[in-house]
Amino acid sequence: MTEEIIIAGFGGQGVLSMGKILAYSGMMQNKEVSWFPSYGPEMRGGTANVTVIISDERISSPILNKFDTAIILNQQSMDKFENSVKEGGLLIYDPNGIVRHPVRTDINIYTIEASDEASKLGLAKIFNMFVLGGYLSIKPLIDAEYIHKGLEKSLPLRRHNLIPENEKAIARGKEIVHAVHVLN
Amino acid sequence: MKDIRLMKGNEAIAEGVIRAGCDGYFGYPITPQSEVLEYLMANNPEERTGMVVLQAESEIASIHMVYGGAAAGKRVMTSSSSPGISLMQEGISFMAGTELPCLLLNVVRGGPGLGTIQPSQSDYFQAVKGGGHGDYKMIVLAPASVQEMYDFAKLGFELAFKHRIQVMVLSDGAIGQMMEKVELDDQLPRLTDAEIVKKYPWATTGKTPDRPRNIITSLDLNPVKQEIINQNLQKKFRHIEQTEVRFERFMCDDAEYLFVAYGSSARVCQKAVLLGRAKGLKVGLLRPITLFPFPVDELARLAKQVKGMQAIEMSAGQMVEDVRLSVNGVVPVEHYGRLGGIIPAPDEVLHVLEQNFIHSKKEKQYEPATY
Repeated sequence: MTEEIIIAGFGGQGVLSMGKILAYSGMMQNKEVSWFPSYGPEMRGGTANVTVIISDERISSPILNKFDTAIILNQQSMDKFENSVKEGGLLIYDPNGIVRHPVRTDINIYTIEASDEASKLGLAKIFNMFVLGGYLSIKPLIDAEYIHKGLEKSLPLRRHNLIPENEKAIARGKEIVHAVHVLN
Repeated sequence: MKDIRLMKGNEAIAEGVIRAGCDGYFGYPITPQSEVLEYLMANNPEERTGMVVLQAESEIASIHMVYGGAAAGKRVMTSSSSPGISLMQEGISFMAGTELPCLLLNVVRGGPGLGTIQPSQSDYFQAVKGGGHGDYKMIVLAPASVQEMYDFAKLGFELAFKHRIQVMVLSDGAIGQMMEKVELDDQLPRLTDAEIVKKYPWATTGKTPDRPRNIITSLDLNPVKQEIINQNLQKKFRHIEQTEVRFERFMCDDAEYLFVAYGSSARVCQKAVLLGRAKGLKVGLLRPITLFPFPVDELARLAKQVKGMQAIEMSAGQMVEDVRLSVNGVVPVEHYGRLGGIIPAPDEVLHVLEQNFIHSKKEKQYEPATY
């Protein structure tokens, strides 16, 4: 099993940290992992993205241009990465702020209204965890106990009190994904 | 239990030098390697081993602090990225002239000039052919993973002291910034002054009655003596060429076409090899781990086996010159590179190899992807 993922959105949406939690959780479940961020002008405002690979085998290239899954959180990233999803792959996006929805018919497309749900519950800061939950409900690559361990590893000790809240967001995220286009 | 962590390349080498018993780090921040200094500052090397970590006032100051520490027989290092390494060249040449061991890290970004902060491999010539003045070489290690960033800290110091030579770890922004699993070793102790006196009789630490005082200088105005100094240096470099070559073969045994690439380009090519194999193409990868000494003999052997070699670099074609010298015309060698901070994609480099060696040249030429 190898899962190649791109997560893309605005800087500040928690794109890099979501990738980090995913990578840590994969590592705790004894998978090979890699995490390659955009660190350039992007992280100084504007778009941010991260490539995460989770695999049972040694990872070859941490840098890719085709992905099994694209998690897209703004319009610029939709424009840039819709065509980077492999045929038969998965695209998940938050429709908030999206004016041009994906048009491909050879991939699986899901929406998750994570930003709305997060602000409704007063958890806007951890909106990315709703998205992570949505992704894991479609591709349950990592068991909940390892997500818990991944959160423990990637959050500093003084933030461990926030772990239950993060797990709640992940659980809620699993309930609010909707299929838009699913291949047979 | 093994200590396994998820770390950035820059953090891994910083942890690596602490655990390798490094005595001092002197550096100045620059993207994309500032995490080295940040990690060292945040992880209390002073309390853990007594290691000194100092942010100098400039790159030029850093390298001369390394010069001083090395003269005293200490395990010292600096790190920077391309423009900062250019500033250090005078100090590096002085260390070459005085045969002082040290560890240097270049997390390469695109140039020339301030260029870009994105990854590049355009400092190969500077690292391998001697960026400063004079006839000298450094041992150049090219990590292709975060684990190797960690491992090359310890290996780098070992080689530096074994041969009294400067060792440069030639990384790039991609390897520096990405996170992978790293397996950490136990802490090695720093050497005491008494141990340094015993092990390194050339060092300026602790004069003993049985030897004259040591003077570290690269200046000798007597041309006869200066020629002997240079001949001895060259003898050392030839010895290193014989004994320290390192490389990795990936699916080379039955390969008909060969990628040659180092660092993050080698990771891209590794994926390209797998994509090619899935299409039934007999593709392999030779990854030089030491860029000096270069795996000349291994490439000469492979030249008799394969039909073509495709060098892939994030440069306009630097390592490819050494590939061509190794192969010496026995087999065609092509270069493909992306510039200015762009990393080629796996299917892109496979396509280039196919266009160059497998399909007829008349077919449509490949147009690089736009970003």
